[in-house]
Amino acid sequence: MDNLAAARSQMGISLAFHIIFAVIGVALPLMMTIAEWRFRATGDAAYLLLAKRWARGTTILFAVGAVSGTVLSFELGLLWPQFMQYAGAVIGMPFSLEGFAFFTEAIFLGIYLYGWGRIPGWFHLLSGFIVAASGLLSATFVTFVNGWMNTPAGFDLVDGKFVNIHPFTAMLNPASIPEAVHMILAAYTAAGFATAGIHGWLLLRRGRNRFDEVAIAIALSVGSVAVLIQGVSGDALARMVAEKQPMKLASLEGQFKTEQGAPLRIGGLPFPDERETKFAIEIPYGLSLFAFHRPDAVIKGLDQEPSSDWPNVPAVHICFQIMVGCGSLLSVFALFAGWMAWRRPPLSKHAGFIKLLVLFSPLGFVALEAGWMVTELGRQPWIIYHLMRTKDAVTSTPNITVTLGAMTVVYLVLAIMVIRLLWRHVISAPATKELEQSEVLV
Amino acid sequence: MIPNIILAGVMLVALILYALLGGADFGAGFWDLLCSGPRRDNQRRLIAEAIHPVWETNHVWLILLIVLMFSGFPPAFSSIAIGLAVPMFLILLGIVLRGASYVFRAYSESDERMQLHWGRIFSISSSVTPLFLGIVIGAISCNATFVKGPNQNGLLRTWYQPFPLLVGVLSLSLFAYLAACYLTLDADTDDLKNDFRNRALFSGFISVLAAFATYIVAGSYAQQIRDGLSRTPFAWLIELAAALSALVAYHALWVRRYQRARLASGAQVALIILGWGIAQYPFLVRPEITIFNGAAPSNILVSLETVTALGAVILLPSLLILLLIFKRHRKSLASTGGKTT
Repeated sequence: MDNLAAARSQMGISLAFHIIFAVIGVALPLMMTIAEWRFRATGDAAYLLLAKRWARGTTILFAVGAVSGTVLSFELGLLWPQFMQYAGAVIGMPFSLEGFAFFTEAIFLGIYLYGWGRIPGWFHLLSGFIVAASGLLSATFVTFVNGWMNTPAGFDLVDGKFVNIHPFTAMLNPASIPEAVHMILAAYTAAGFATAGIHGWLLLRRGRNRFDEVAIAIALSVGSVAVLIQGVSGDALARMVAEKQPMKLASLEGQFKTEQGAPLRIGGLPFPDERETKFAIEIPYGLSLFAFHRPDAVIKGLDQEPSSDWPNVPAVHICFQIMVGCGSLLSVFALFAGWMAWRRPPLSKHAGFIKLLVLFSPLGFVALEAGWMVTELGRQPWIIYHLMRTKDAVTSTPNITVTLGAMTVVYLVLAIMVIRLLWRHVISAPATKELEQSEVLV
Repeated sequence: MIPNIILAGVMLVALILYALLGGADFGAGFWDLLCSGPRRDNQRRLIAEAIHPVWETNHVWLILLIVLMFSGFPPAFSSIAIGLAVPMFLILLGIVLRGASYVFRAYSESDERMQLHWGRIFSISSSVTPLFLGIVIGAISCNATFVKGPNQNGLLRTWYQPFPLLVGVLSLSLFAYLAACYLTLDADTDDLKNDFRNRALFSGFISVLAAFATYIVAGSYAQQIRDGLSRTPFAWLIELAAALSALVAYHALWVRRYQRARLASGAQVALIILGWGIAQYPFLVRPEITIFNGAAPSNILVSLETVTALGAVILLPSLLILLLIFKRHRKSLASTGGKTT
């Protein structure tokens, strides 16, 4: 494996793991705060237990997320020193802000965990809210950086160097807001459905109980609301991509030829050598409508650029189909769940519905990972779109395969341990003792 | 010109805070490795409790340092990442293993074998990481040129040399010393206090030896930074203050005034790093990159500083609340005999 492939794999593995920890770390505090708010409003001990359980989960994931986030900030330099040398000054602002958001999250998580019974209730609830809000901000700022790599802005390029840098213009580049909104909603969707699914599975195993019921109610509401807004956000993001990164749109749609009134392809397999996407269900004018809201809009195809500058079109196209497919299925399921909750409550009575929930619950994470594959693979061969190639950014340090191997093993061990711990501290059945006496658990 | 100095100053402060807070955590992990004698389990428990509430927040100082460096002084970050890839990677591995194993140990209370296993990884990675942190500091302070490109650079040449290695030993001994001083105060019995007092005296002595050795070796490997120490009267004053704090700390340990020992040892370590910073000025990575030739445009530096100042206004009061809550938490722990559910 050459250095570039090894560095890309290492970054990819780090990000793929980090995204899971980070996403749960963003969404769980929100659910934890909702649970505490319900407890303070109703006095129901099941909510309190849930808030404490989810607080433990947040702690474990925050810790692991912080560690894997530190890894990434090092890896930016260790793997991509040329990128950081030229772009560091431009994208430093969102990274610094992310640092502060992270610090706020750490402080208030500490206050939340150790503050039970030691600070006024309203302040405790507020701390939970701040943890949730700063987690959201952290994710937003980091996604801004990725936005900049896709639609670089806020500088002039003179002799290969960035000059006249405006850090805030760079931070609020065209892709930043649509991408960040999409990411946050994806986090709530993925974590919401996954949590609801886990509690659904437990409900099936140990019979109807208050603890799992309230957990499903909160998690499923968060996931469903998020996935329904996600449709709108996805449309906004796609239109931004159509305008600013036409080649990325072309590769995720498998559009080889520049075409007026291009069709929307559902499924299918792109064959880059034959410059054609086969076996797709084509909806006439669909892509033009979808990207520009006009049936006769011209969609630029991959033929606008030499094939050496194409990303891996089949991979990008397939990942995009997976993401959209999972998102659509979850949206339908969310509507169905809403209807069930309205017409046939309580949900926990219907074993069939709960089984369906368990079946659908991992789709949020599948969509999330596929979506990141789309945005990262779709940007290749560029690390900064149309400005710097990934191969020019990679480190000259030899033997990256060794660090790749070491970090892969570390991440695997981390993942196994996190699952074990979450199992024991967040998911497992509460002892009846715990339900009866609502004391401090941390 | 001024913004460059301010930003470098903020980074130095972040480094000092990381050493005082995070460094003590590393040191505590080092002592965890060496827990021995009849009170071994009590020593372990004390260490775990002392780190417990703060460990997550402490790495923030390192992250702040790194982020400010790659935003404000990108060439320096890039050059360190290439030239010192090996020690940087080992620091990274150490931080990951330490952080993760700490949580895993803390949350595996019912599984003793698992706890022992993660405890071992925790203490080993706590001990190795400061060594490599020091090595990186040593390497950017001496003149081992970072040539870009793998062929000239190799994996070892930039750091596997007497001066960086000695700075590594010095940092480990200082962190261990700091942790032992802090732990004397946290300990709840006289025996335990005594255990850590002896460790503090021992590691303090080692750190003085390491400091002298570093100074001597600097004569042949890092003459410039040694000259930096004697360049200004200002630097001499700081060295003098560091030496005085060391004496005060040692005396306080000797007569068992632990509160004073903790403050004085903290001041000592802070002054040593401050002295290093002044001797290193204006270099970030010797012998080429300074805070002037390696800086981002000054509008970037100013906006970074503004954000940092705003952040501090919000974060410092919050941090105070947190510390206050911990204090109450400790008190309630003390009154219930240190048992939590």
